[in-house]
Formats: sequence, structure tokens, C-alpha cells
Amino acid sequence: MLTIAVEIGFVLIGLAMALNLWRLVRGPDATDRILALDTLTINAIALLVLFGIRAGSSAYFEAALVLAAMSFVGTMALCKYLLRGDIIE
Amino acid sequence: MNVIIEFAVSVLILLGAVFALLGSIGLARLPDFFTRLHGPTKATTLGVGAMVLASAIYFTATQPGVSLHEIAVMVFLFITAPVTAHLLAKAALHRRGDRQPSPHPSPASGRGGNGDGRLFRSGNDCPLSLRERVGERDEVTQRQEEVK
Amino acid sequence: MRRLFPRPALSVAIFLLWAALANAASLGMLLLGAVLALALPFVSKPFWPDAPRLARPGTMLTLAARVVLDIVIANGAVARRVIGPVARLEPAFVEVPLDLRDPFVATILASIVSLTPGTVSIDVDQESWVLCLHALDAPDPAALIREIKQRYEAPLKEIFTC
Repeated sequence: MLTIAVEIGFVLIGLAMALNLWRLVRGPDATDRILALDTLTINAIALLVLFGIRAGSSAYFEAALVLAAMSFVGTMALCKYLLRGDIIE
Repeated sequence: MNVIIEFAVSVLILLGAVFALLGSIGLARLPDFFTRLHGPTKATTLGVGAMVLASAIYFTATQPGVSLHEIAVMVFLFITAPVTAHLLAKAALHRRGDRQPSPHPSPASGRGGNGDGRLFRSGNDCPLSLRERVGERDEVTQRQEEVK
Repeated sequence: MRRLFPRPALSVAIFLLWAALANAASLGMLLLGAVLALALPFVSKPFWPDAPRLARPGTMLTLAARVVLDIVIANGAVARRVIGPVARLEPAFVEVPLDLRDPFVATILASIVSLTPGTVSIDVDQESWVLCLHALDAPDPAALIREIKQRYEAPLKEIFTC
């Protein structure tokens, strides 16, 4: 049961990431692209967690944590850049 | 592993994946930026939260000791999601204020009819900076309509 | 005591987070977490705004439970709107006049509003104390304002007495 659930989860998350990618390419504005990128990384975290469950190893978790932290900081930096035209004031 | 635990983990995984997908559908489908903001900040966050919870239950059941560090990821995601949404919304307002109408309007905005958010004013307590920006945004919308 | 723990709640939060991150694996890790919980609030004391006093922790727990429940339930409602006909949505910018007068509590309220589906907070004006938010589907903005004030702001005011 669990293996089937994980496989279905992979498909759904993959679809979600494809949609994010479409929005990332399509735009139309920079904010849309940042949002798409942020969602893409959050979905990537979900994908990593799923990989961890399938492999039965919690080593994937560290990567998920790093990705979560980096995506947050990255989104903040990009938003600040749009707001001020500068990241570090 | 216990059957009940396996069932619970499977349900959480499916629920999480469905919500993550719904958030992404919202991001792809909705007509303008502010409505698009709703999908990812909530549905996707909840989806990943459910999935991380599933992972926590799974590793607690299969490995010795409790697996708590997934909870840390969940807390982190739930704390950062509103901050991201807030800053993105601010950046979007800022950009709408100082930019001409986009030369490539989104394909979805035509379908959505009046896709841009309707502004509701309750009294004159509107924050000044925001009112200025939103006011400019209204002009932009009007100009777009005139062009049409 | 107060000088040793400038922010007790922050210390507890750091310790719990560290325990979760380290999987509460060993006594040494917990000890390191305790040291961090002592040191970090002390070092970062100058950066923190003055948070109001927590008056009723019990109400805080019920509010937290309500928020979690709202997130789960209302996500379903938003999911229906996302799949359904998009053109029929009525998005709106809504301004909620606030009764509370504290930046820290206003931040918590804004975060709750952002996490509960259907609304994203955009700005809190600290002069006129108005929370500006964007609603995905708000045919009746006045009802939305009433709901936010009753459901989230009133308990927050009670919890922090401000």
C-alpha cells in the first residue's frame, strides 16, 4: 500500500512541478516568476521527503532542510531586489 | 510495520501530494498575480506539511527512537510562508505602481474577465503608501481597458 | 532570573527546536541545545522588539488549535474554487481596521491571516492600524472583516492584553 501511495505521490508532485515550470517560463511578471520558483522549491522538498520514505533513509531530510532555508533566503533577496533595486542596503 | 500506521502514512502522503498539486494548479490557472499568490502560500505549504508529517510517522515507526526533525522543517515552512507572501505582494504592488501596462498580458487574464482584484475601501483609513500604489494600479487597469 | 533569561519563551522555543533537529538523540545534544537556548536570547537581546506580556497561555492553545483546524478545513474550500470556474471568483483588496496596537501582535495576526486560506495579508499600517489583505473570493467583504476581527483578533487581544 505504501509503495503505491509513494508512486502516486511522485506522479502528482511531478505534475505540480511541471505546472510551476510552466508558470516560471510564462511569467508574465518578475513577481510571478519568483513565486513560481518558490513553489518549485517547496515541491522539490516534498519530492525529497518522498525519496526519503521510499529509500527508507532519513539522509534525504538534510537536503530538504537546506533547500527550505535556501529557498526562503533566495525569495527574500529577490523580493528585496524588486522593492529597492538593491539587496544589501 | 503496523497496518494502521502504514495506512495513515499512505493517506497523509496522498493528501499532501494532492494539496501540493492543487496549489500548483492555482498558480498556473488563476488570472492575476494576487489571486495566484493564494495557491502556493497555503495549499502547497499544507501539502508539504502533511507529507513531512507522514515522513515523521514513518521513520518513528521503522527506526529506533523518535524522528522529530521533520517537525522542524514543518515549523520552518509554516513560519516562512506568510513572510514570503507578504514580501511578494509588496513587490508586486511596487512594480505595478511604477510600470506601464505589461506589453504581454497574461493569457489567462482575458479569460478571467475582470481579473484584477476589485478594490474595496472601508472608510479613509487606507494606508497612504498602499493607497497611492493601488490608486496608480487602478489607473493602469483603466488604461488597459481603454486600449481594449 | 530575568537577567539570565531575557526572553523565556524564546529560550524554550530554541531548546525545543534544537531537540527536534537533533532528534533528541543524546544527552550531549540536549545539553548543547540548553546552552544555545541560554546564549542566543542573551546575544540577540538588543535586536528584539519589546513583546507584550503573555497573559493567558490557555487561550493561546485554543487559538492555535482553531487556526490549525481552519487551515485544514478552509484549504478544501479554496481547492474547490481553484478547480471550479475561475471567472466567477470575486477577488478583493480588503482593509481591516485593527483594535490592537502592538507591532508584534499585529505580525502574528497578519501571519494567521496569510496562512488561513482565502486571504493573504499585504500590509499593516502602523499609524492608522489597518491590516490590508487580499481575498481570493470575497463577495461580502464586510462579513470577512467581521470574521477576522472576531475569530482571530479578539483572542489575540485577550492573550497579549494590548
